[in-house]
Amino acid sequence: MPFVTASTQRGPYDVIIVGSGAGGGQAAYTLCMEGARVLMLEAGRRYTPATESPMFQTPDMAPLGGADTPDKNKGFYDATIGGWDVPGQPYVSVPDQWGGYFTWWRARMLGGRTNHWGRISLRNGPYDFKPRSRDGLGLDWPIGYDDVAPYYDKVELLIGVYGGDTSLENTPAGPGDTLLPPPKPIVSDHLLMKRAPRLGIPVLPGRRAVLTRAQDHRTIPGKLHPGNPRAQKVLAEAMKKRSPCLWATPCGRGCAVAANYQSTTVHIPPALATGNLDIITDAMVYEVSMGKNGRANGVRFVDATTGRHEHVTGRVVVLGASAYESARILLNSKSGQYPNGLANSSGLVGRYILDTVGSSVSAQIPLLESLPPLNDDAADGLQVYVPWWLYKENLSHKLPFPRGYHIEYGGGKQMPSVGTFAGLEWLTGGSYGRQFKEDARRYYGSFVYFAGRGAMVPNDNSYVEIDPKVKDRFGIPVLRIHWQWGDYEQRQAVHMQQTFGALTEAMGGRVTSPIVTDPVKAVSPGGYMIHEVGGTVMGADARSSVTNRWSQTWDVPNLFVADGGVFPYNADKNPTLTIMALAWRMSDHILDRMRRREI
Amino acid sequence: MTDRRTTIKLIMAAAAAMPALRARANYRDSLEPGASSPGELRQFEPTMQGYGPDPDLIKAYEKGAFWPLTLSAEQRRLAAALCDLIIPADEHSSSASAVGVVDFIDEWISAPYPQQLEDRGTVLSGFTWIDGDARHRFEQPFAKLTEAQQRAICDRVCDISRAPADLQQPARFFATYRNLTAAGFYTTQAGRKDLQYIGNVALTHFDGPPVELLKKLGLA
Repeated sequence: MPFVTASTQRGPYDVIIVGSGAGGGQAAYTLCMEGARVLMLEAGRRYTPATESPMFQTPDMAPLGGADTPDKNKGFYDATIGGWDVPGQPYVSVPDQWGGYFTWWRARMLGGRTNHWGRISLRNGPYDFKPRSRDGLGLDWPIGYDDVAPYYDKVELLIGVYGGDTSLENTPAGPGDTLLPPPKPIVSDHLLMKRAPRLGIPVLPGRRAVLTRAQDHRTIPGKLHPGNPRAQKVLAEAMKKRSPCLWATPCGRGCAVAANYQSTTVHIPPALATGNLDIITDAMVYEVSMGKNGRANGVRFVDATTGRHEHVTGRVVVLGASAYESARILLNSKSGQYPNGLANSSGLVGRYILDTVGSSVSAQIPLLESLPPLNDDAADGLQVYVPWWLYKENLSHKLPFPRGYHIEYGGGKQMPSVGTFAGLEWLTGGSYGRQFKEDARRYYGSFVYFAGRGAMVPNDNSYVEIDPKVKDRFGIPVLRIHWQWGDYEQRQAVHMQQTFGALTEAMGGRVTSPIVTDPVKAVSPGGYMIHEVGGTVMGADARSSVTNRWSQTWDVPNLFVADGGVFPYNADKNPTLTIMALAWRMSDHILDRMRRREI
Repeated sequence: MTDRRTTIKLIMAAAAAMPALRARANYRDSLEPGASSPGELRQFEPTMQGYGPDPDLIKAYEKGAFWPLTLSAEQRRLAAALCDLIIPADEHSSSASAVGVVDFIDEWISAPYPQQLEDRGTVLSGFTWIDGDARHRFEQPFAKLTEAQQRAICDRVCDISRAPADLQQPARFFATYRNLTAAGFYTTQAGRKDLQYIGNVALTHFDGPPVELLKKLGLA
């Protein structure tokens, strides 16, 4: 019975993990496969993708045609339980100087946000770990690409990532056999591939955690767990249970056949199969408890179903609750000995928070009108993408911003949704009747979108702290989030807009709304990209960071952070793959230190 | 023409439509007066009449499964007439009302969420205007007019950029109603078939578009 409660738990545990998403899931996987006994705590409910993923449901089966609502912020069929607002779990957001707010997406379910994420899996490159050394801004990581590369290889082999090798600057791939073949491009992809190079913009195969073919369960387990036949056997069995992609239905609904990565289908099942993992769901952790020896001895949580306060113990505590939630737990772990919260002797818990710069444009392309019937489902998007291509211009200050962005791109005859034929007057002249039906056929599938995802330089105006007044329904003090984009991010967003305008023109199209050149308006509000990281950043010493190169807090040797909190810099690369690589690396370090009885 | 009295009625109808269903889904500032927090407290108040944050995603729902439909029989006749003027039957597919779009729109404007409440105001006041205009010009409710008469009314409001200044609000209504009709129709099996949509089926491999098509488009 791996799902337990505070009263049926089977301690003692080697490691308590708070959170079950990318970081917590990866840590549980690595630790359990190597024999550690782990208790995982998840704030939300148990969730089972095999029976709960609405894979082939059509919009007419859902209320309101599946439209976004305050209950389901990204549409009825989005896998997330949670969203921008979680009932009874508020946070305070302080407006920036232009009146913008940071909004915070939270999932309350086993597997967390990995159940709905975009599965885009880009590696940080060498520059991305040493940005300050390169241009003098922000913070360097205390580790470099070479430290993390072996773990990118491992994670890609474990979860399954499609993509193409590339020799482009700062856009690395593994040693050759870690990526699955990319899906075939659809017509709109071919158009971008043909026209973007005319502007000097490269187009590469996308990289997403989707199985474009079955994983090689004969060779991968041996590569990932050398000398550990039991782990190899468990992993081989788990891999056999995953189906390759069905080339249909959006990944964000969750995948009942485990063809993409989500913690609940890829990390947690093999961890459970080892017999070393117990899980308590509905466990809202609010504090790391400390022993008299200056070491953590467990965590306290509120059982969301009974309201009771519980305490569980273990040798090591790993926080993987999501970047800001982990910072909240540390800041709320106040005591006489730690008046500013735990692991906060630097005063930097909650500082250096980062998100991804987002800006997008959609366009209508006459060449794509009235195409014959096509199945454009492919692997649910990002068959191709544009990596950042102006590194030299960054370095020579030819651009008004120092760091890059990549472009996510999509199009095709997607399953019609409630918004597909809204607002077409600018094309149809307001047609209705038979003409409207003709127009719908003509324009269906002729739209594309460009979404920029850009790097952010940390700034002093963006941080989280504990609100002095407001508490959530469990009585736990909530976060107060301060957010401000810097000039660099705003200018970068304008560059995105202008690039999208140029690409649209090169593709013979027209944008559906004007290119935004006002820097304040070009960038999406903080939080919209759901890429928040930082707050427990890793660094070279205890004065300038919260965690060290092993994601271990400087102040408490048996307390670690497995989520995006440790990122001192958020490159344009989507953070999830790096979170997993770092969590695996951290877990190896924990195992090593536990074997040496140091923790 | 919309005379001043009709305009006032329109505004009043929009205002009257809102309070009954408001406050089911609202963002509330629950800071006490004088609280020190300078920010906006974002806190979601769960809706009692919506489907909640964790609905069953597997089952198929009938329209009105979560909240009652609210259009009267007379309003539904008008709704159907307008749906079918926008999406009539043709040689490819049926009309909008034949595949349940009136129920879709009724469910939409009866929903307790902010966007739908706003659309409710727009649609109900638009219904008042369009029936008023029909009676004023043709002495019949809109649903009983000939197609030519219906077009005579709708041609003036079908494109907001060309609608006269005094018909901007009815033009916004028409745009909203066309969006809703298209949303309802093209999310049904009939609508997907009309568009020759062939996705959402499990495949063993994905081949991409035919080379001949790429060649024809100059993309091979």
